[in-house]
Amino acid sequence: MQIAVEQVSFSYPGGVEALRGVSLTIEAGEAVAIVGENGAGKTTLARHLNGLLKPTSGRVLVGDWDTAEQSIAQMSRRVGLVFQNPDDQLFERTVRAEVTFGPRNLGWQPAEVREAVDEALARVGLSEAADTHPYDLHLAQRKLVALAATLAMHTPVVLLDEPTTGQDAVSVERIGTIVDRLHAEGRTVIAISHDLDFCAEHFERAVVMAEGRVLADGPTRQVFTRGEVLAHAAVEAPQLIRLATALGWEAAPLTVEEFLARLRELRRSR
Amino acid sequence: MIEIENLTYRYPLTDAPALQDISLRVPRGQFCALVGPNEAGKSTLCYALSGYVPHFYRGELSGTIRVAEAEVAHTDLPHLVSKIGLVFQNPFNQISGARFTVREEVAFGLENLGLPRERILEQVDEALELTGLTPLGARSPYALSGGQQQRLALASIIAMQPQVLVLDEHEMTIVLVSHKLEWVATFAERVIALAGGRLVGDGEPLDVLTDPALVEAGVGQTRYSQAARQAGDQGKPLPVTLAQAVEFFDADRR
Repeated sequence: MQIAVEQVSFSYPGGVEALRGVSLTIEAGEAVAIVGENGAGKTTLARHLNGLLKPTSGRVLVGDWDTAEQSIAQMSRRVGLVFQNPDDQLFERTVRAEVTFGPRNLGWQPAEVREAVDEALARVGLSEAADTHPYDLHLAQRKLVALAATLAMHTPVVLLDEPTTGQDAVSVERIGTIVDRLHAEGRTVIAISHDLDFCAEHFERAVVMAEGRVLADGPTRQVFTRGEVLAHAAVEAPQLIRLATALGWEAAPLTVEEFLARLRELRRSR
Repeated sequence: MIEIENLTYRYPLTDAPALQDISLRVPRGQFCALVGPNEAGKSTLCYALSGYVPHFYRGELSGTIRVAEAEVAHTDLPHLVSKIGLVFQNPFNQISGARFTVREEVAFGLENLGLPRERILEQVDEALELTGLTPLGARSPYALSGGQQQRLALASIIAMQPQVLVLDEHEMTIVLVSHKLEWVATFAERVIALAGGRLVGDGEPLDVLTDPALVEAGVGQTRYSQAARQAGDQGKPLPVTLAQAVEFFDADRR
């Protein structure tokens, strides 16, 4: 399902101009990371993709739907958004009830709902916490509940707002695996993140935003080596790209594996 | 500035203690980072330093916690706020909802302390400046982005000028909880690691953050350490920061 953002501008009622003429096309099945500093417009853009916000001018198409003409309930069949702050999203008494809410509202058979919920809980590693009250979990785990609630709806597009913030190493790895799997299943995955190391490892395309505009958009390796663009957006290149650059390499490794492969090559040729 | 002796704490209605037998001293002015996996007890320790444990959360506490000469368990919260400031992990929980602008929000705590007007204005301006929020002073707190709200939460605490800040900025004793290990290694003087409610590491950032047992315990590692470890060069100390990584791979420069 293609997403087309066409010349979108958006001002909040208080007058803050959060998006200034953003255009972006995301094809079905792409894994796209949106990066940029605080207040760059990333979250505002994400909330346009599932129709929570409607453009002040321009339009957003998700497949053949113009988001301005669809209800949020309708949009949620196509685009699942996992909020930055899980507490904006969670309201049920148990983890299972929370994750069940979405798919049940899609009108599926109870058995289908149950299967989707079990599978989503297993993906985020919370099967054993199914009967727990979400607020008896830590913030980091509540973020995983919010993620499961979105995964269970099987939307063709999954949007993650700052998925790794506050997560420990094990959870970051788990979220990375979830992203990889969604991507392998052919679903569109879009993440907003400050964690460029995470983006480098799991997203093939990167979009850099600053002051409500798109500064750069392209293959992650190319975008993350554009020092001046990253500096303008006040984000730091991934650790391994900074290391390779400091060592004078031409290569821009995105993962530890790529870094080690290049290292072995260099050492063999010496 | 911070003295913790044999601290063990259990939340109400739970079986396992969240903190077990923690002893720790942090001298005045030190900047230390607190690291560890989810559920290690990091937030609970922050609550214990700032008095939310036991005054708000209740539960069972043994051992002692002293912050700036005050024994936390025996000092009420209004008296602790001038000694220790805690910036919550989730800034959205900290914004009062009772003020219309960023400036008013930062002034909120100071007004409650009953400070004179000039002093309030001065401390508010300074806190806004330090956190880069001066241009956003007239905005509603809810018209800020997530990251800006986090800075607002920090500004509101800095404005109170506590002696210990459980988070950021110098001249104060700082305890920062973070998973961003490269940042921690670059700025913190000391790293304290928790796992399963216990103190599992305490020392120089380089030593703590490259300890294989702590990586195993879920504290995590930077990509630099990970790459260096897997490159298999024996005998050299593992890097945590970019500068250390450049030194480690010095022979591999082009």
